[in-house]
Amino acid sequence: MAELTYRDAVARAIAQEMARDERVVFLGEDVGAPGGVFKATPGLLERFGPERVRDTPISEQAILGAAMGAAMTGLRPIAEVMFADFFAVCWDVVANQIAKARYMTDGQVSLPLVIRAANGGGLRFGAQHSQAVENWAMAVPGLKVVAPATPRDVIGLFAAAVRDPDPVLFFEHKALYPAKAAVPDGEIVDSLGTAEVRRQGDDATILALAAMVPRALAAADRLAEDGIEATVVDVRSLVPLDTRTILREVAHTGRLFTVEENPRLLGWGAEVVSIVAEECFWKLDGPIVRITTPHIPLPAADFLEDQAIPSVDRITDTIRAAMKS
Amino acid sequence: MPPPGLSAQDLYTPVGEVRAPVALDLFRTQVRLRRFEKRAYDLFLQNLVKGTSHLSLGMEAIAAGFAAAMTPEDYTFATYRGHAHTLARGAPMDAVLAELLGRDTGLLHGKGGSMHLTDVEHGMMGSYAIVGAHLTVALGAGWSARYLGRPRVTVVFFGDGATNIGAFHEALNLAATWRLPVVFVCENNQYMEYTPIRAVTAVRRPAADRAPAYGMEPVLIDGNDADAVFLTASHFLGRARAGDGPALIEAYTYRSTGHSRADPAHYKPADEVAAWAKYDPLDLYRRRLLDGGVPAAVLDEIDASARQEVDAATAKAKAAPAPGPDRLLTNLWADGGSSWRN
Repeated sequence: MAELTYRDAVARAIAQEMARDERVVFLGEDVGAPGGVFKATPGLLERFGPERVRDTPISEQAILGAAMGAAMTGLRPIAEVMFADFFAVCWDVVANQIAKARYMTDGQVSLPLVIRAANGGGLRFGAQHSQAVENWAMAVPGLKVVAPATPRDVIGLFAAAVRDPDPVLFFEHKALYPAKAAVPDGEIVDSLGTAEVRRQGDDATILALAAMVPRALAAADRLAEDGIEATVVDVRSLVPLDTRTILREVAHTGRLFTVEENPRLLGWGAEVVSIVAEECFWKLDGPIVRITTPHIPLPAADFLEDQAIPSVDRITDTIRAAMKS
Repeated sequence: MPPPGLSAQDLYTPVGEVRAPVALDLFRTQVRLRRFEKRAYDLFLQNLVKGTSHLSLGMEAIAAGFAAAMTPEDYTFATYRGHAHTLARGAPMDAVLAELLGRDTGLLHGKGGSMHLTDVEHGMMGSYAIVGAHLTVALGAGWSARYLGRPRVTVVFFGDGATNIGAFHEALNLAATWRLPVVFVCENNQYMEYTPIRAVTAVRRPAADRAPAYGMEPVLIDGNDADAVFLTASHFLGRARAGDGPALIEAYTYRSTGHSRADPAHYKPADEVAAWAKYDPLDLYRRRLLDGGVPAAVLDEIDASARQEVDAATAKAKAAPAPGPDRLLTNLWADGGSSWRN
């Protein structure tokens, strides 16, 4: 057991998988010699060499295209898109090529690849370097979508993503990179499509993802002071989605709150809520409430950004008000 | 005689000779492609090929010449105008035609269609319908071949229109920087879709003039001369296979039909169409073989056999069943299904 930051967990996860399987290769901008702009990938070039760890030009289409071509011809590439916002410049490769190749060829083509990206806000980077875009990926059939909240999950879910035979978009939350937690020694392998219950309560169920998980937990602690005991579910994987755990936990408390960093419209919670409404309606004791970023681009100023993204205060206040009404 | 619009000094001169068996093979492939594409057009007009189709009529020498120069292990990446490249690599004609007709016996069981023909078993790694996208995908095939120590070359075909999209430039730069065994082949058929490529491109030769920007030699060849294509392909594939890096070849040709479907191509000037009609790759090659002493009966026999093959494939495809509804939800994921939840 060692204390590890989320950032260090990324490098450990990549190393764990590269050491295990020679077909695993890694490419992206500044990932090799510089060790990544978020310093999440230091030491990999030195350990695995320049044919396996490749620094690329600023060419996101070429990075993801190369990952796709390598995956379909026998490798298991890990590609980095530096900021998840940059998916917008290479979305053709993701949504038209990678996501569809297996289905269009009725199984002739396999794409075992992982695309990592630094996602989400809180670093005052403004509207083009701060978006939480998991829901973009969730909307495209053929992509698996994962977003870890803890250093341990970074390793376990990343290993599962690399070993998965299908393309996985792995959203690391850039505000979580400095977050520290105890992580077991040795190999860690998790499974995709499994949510994790982080806190158990009888009054309300809160679903959260990535950086919203620690905020939801902090909010739950405050709510407990008012006598409201909340379950917090870390959704972890949007595709596949662990609806079994979600429906069970919602049925248990009868109240559902989602905490989403994405802008309001068609956030991941909207899909979850529709499933709950269809399949768990009669277990509900009150309205479902989605707590999201407003439907705006993220502003840069710290004061404004903090107003936009769901905060512990807003989560607590929203749930408290809803539970009292 | 150079192709219409070019002079002899515009053209790269390949070295070497095409031996007789290869020449007959080049003729046979071109004839098969020609007969197939004509049939595809007829079937489209009969509404048996639905949606859209993009034919390579008039451009067969490029697919034939490259396929003859490739080894079975080499990789092909093509565009939505990919029937010819798929067949030239050895995909069974029955299955290709059935795919165009949306039948269960199709190469992709009806899930891909004309624009996405793929036959991994024959090194045909896909037809890509977003202009330029597959140039970047080809990089990865080149990278993996080198990484895994396989002496394979990746050949990626694209149209002149693709030279103006960003992915073209990203791909060439990375291929050159990493010295990947990838041969980029621009099939310059002179029209991006309906607009002449020269009207929307800063340089006269859309691919060749861009090559020096990526440290590559400008190579412009007569794409209607199967021998020139074959010899040039052999040279640059050999170089790439030896580890000497990528190449960019512009094959100058002419699409003798419209862009897609039943496009009558009224935008093409009549004199241009007439000049290229006299420069048809199949006619040129037939004349060359006859001049070289190949008996007409041999060539006629090849043609007859290609017609029979196309007729048989047509009959089989028409008789084949449509894909069953069970195909709909399969093979999104490697587990064979399409489930996104538990």
